[in-house]
Amino acid sequence: MTNSPKTKALTGAQAVAQAMRQINPDVVSVFPITPQTAIMMQFSQFHADGLVETELVRVESEHSAMSCCVGASAAGARAMTATASAGLALMWEILGVASGLRLPIIMPVVNRALSAPINIHGDHSDAMGARDQGWIQIFCENGQEAYENTMLAVKLAEHKDVMLPVMVCQDGFITSHGVQNVNLFEDKVVKKFVGDYEPKKWLLNTDDPVTYGPLQLQDYYFETQKQRADAMLASKKIYLEIGKELSKITGSNYPLFEEYKLKDAEAVIVVMSSTAGNTKVVIDKMRAEGKKVGLLKPKLFRPFPYTEIAKALANKKYVAVLDRSENYGANAPLFGEIKNALFDSVVCGDKDVCVPKLKSYIFGLGGRNIFESDIEDVFDVLLSDNFDNKVGYIGLRGEEK
Amino acid sequence: MKDIFEIRIHGRGGQGAKTAAQFIVEAALSKGKHIQSFPEYGPERAGAPMKAFARISDKEIRTYAPVVNPEVVIVIDHTLLDSVDVTEGLGEDGVLLVNTPHDSDSIKKQLKFNGKCMTVDATKIAIEAVGRNLPNTPMIGALIKATGCISMDDIEESINHKFLKKIGEEKTKATINAVKKAYEEVK
Repeated sequence: MTNSPKTKALTGAQAVAQAMRQINPDVVSVFPITPQTAIMMQFSQFHADGLVETELVRVESEHSAMSCCVGASAAGARAMTATASAGLALMWEILGVASGLRLPIIMPVVNRALSAPINIHGDHSDAMGARDQGWIQIFCENGQEAYENTMLAVKLAEHKDVMLPVMVCQDGFITSHGVQNVNLFEDKVVKKFVGDYEPKKWLLNTDDPVTYGPLQLQDYYFETQKQRADAMLASKKIYLEIGKELSKITGSNYPLFEEYKLKDAEAVIVVMSSTAGNTKVVIDKMRAEGKKVGLLKPKLFRPFPYTEIAKALANKKYVAVLDRSENYGANAPLFGEIKNALFDSVVCGDKDVCVPKLKSYIFGLGGRNIFESDIEDVFDVLLSDNFDNKVGYIGLRGEEK
Repeated sequence: MKDIFEIRIHGRGGQGAKTAAQFIVEAALSKGKHIQSFPEYGPERAGAPMKAFARISDKEIRTYAPVVNPEVVIVIDHTLLDSVDVTEGLGEDGVLLVNTPHDSDSIKKQLKFNGKCMTVDATKIAIEAVGRNLPNTPMIGALIKATGCISMDDIEESINHKFLKKIGEEKTKATINAVKKAYEEVK
């Protein structure tokens, strides 16, 4: 049964803060950074108003924010923080500690460009720089998804077969500061869904003493890494299971990736987060003109669903992958994954599979706008069947269309 | 007919264009509409020209692109008319609302705009009503008169909701009165 939600006009940041209020974490470490600050400002207000029982720890840097979560989580607490951009970069060392110690920390990330040049606006450089640190990464199109995925993240992180930290990413300013309809579910329904965190082993349990983070050299380090990799792979199935459970409350679906008019599409755009929304509008317009265009929006970026995506894209004619981050001297992050996925499907799969013609685009760095006309141009390029495999740059000065 | 009713507000940093956009969509939300509002995220300097956008629709709003072809353009500060192309993307069936002491004909002539244009001295109204130059909320009164895209009752409720606790009953009431006065005076 779907519980009737309350619809409010909220920014994506406020939506996440509402999820945090309902989750009522044991410990939250707080450090400001644009555009994430809007989350912690709102959550701190909830704390000051006595609406949460959280131990709010004001720290002196993001390195400390994550260290605080590591300590709290190892001690048996449900711990959260939130960050963006340079903050995530400064945390990088401790991100690996969190996942290596298998601590189920939940962290909303408001995606923002990295310096230099200094820029406070939305792109995915920060999350992509942290993608290989053993964190599950979920990307959200809008405030509603960010709200719901924050709840989902708690259960996913704490599942006994996962025990890994989770980042819930949304686009800086575009959704974090844009006001939209957000359906909030009842506090008690959310609280019941996330339940209490019951750690199996915890540092402050004197009846069953354990140690966290001891030295492992040539003897055990390798095995520990393999366990973390296995848990990451296993989390894909558990994400789907928990998603089904959450569906009963929200009525939304939580697939590995969203397909929009994909089934019979000839030309497909693969893009994450808010730009997937713009793309859907363009697809509706072009479909009305009889053009077979569609969208594949990855939601789960880590672990990356290679096999499932390859299956969804096999036998499409043309695929453009739109990355909101550069990867200097290498394939753009999302494009590289899509190419990998399709290669696997050729080598290991059905010999009848026809791999689409691919094109990589970079867009929106440092918050550069992407208009519906830009997306329509990409579909037109694909449908023209007349394009090379050079990287395209959308909205770049001096770039020909 | 477009699915989405789109409004673009031109103002200067600190004049409340973003807040006005938010009031407008909150009023629409109370009628069960799908809504969206956001500022153009520039360097956010006080006094610098900036834009804010509002979208209202019966269907889910999926785009996050800035508003390119608005149904309504609101200009909170008429000194922008010399430096910003405020009618860009505004069709002849669109509506231009300007806070200015001048009449609409002179504005139409100045901008070579042939659509519907209405003006009101929202600055004067704001200074008289609340003692400060805050023309953003009175311009919502002009919007209601020109388009009826939201109702006066709903805007009153959003203003009450936002301001009652913050600035007290007297000032909140003065703010609402300024909206109503602009509604009466815009032409």
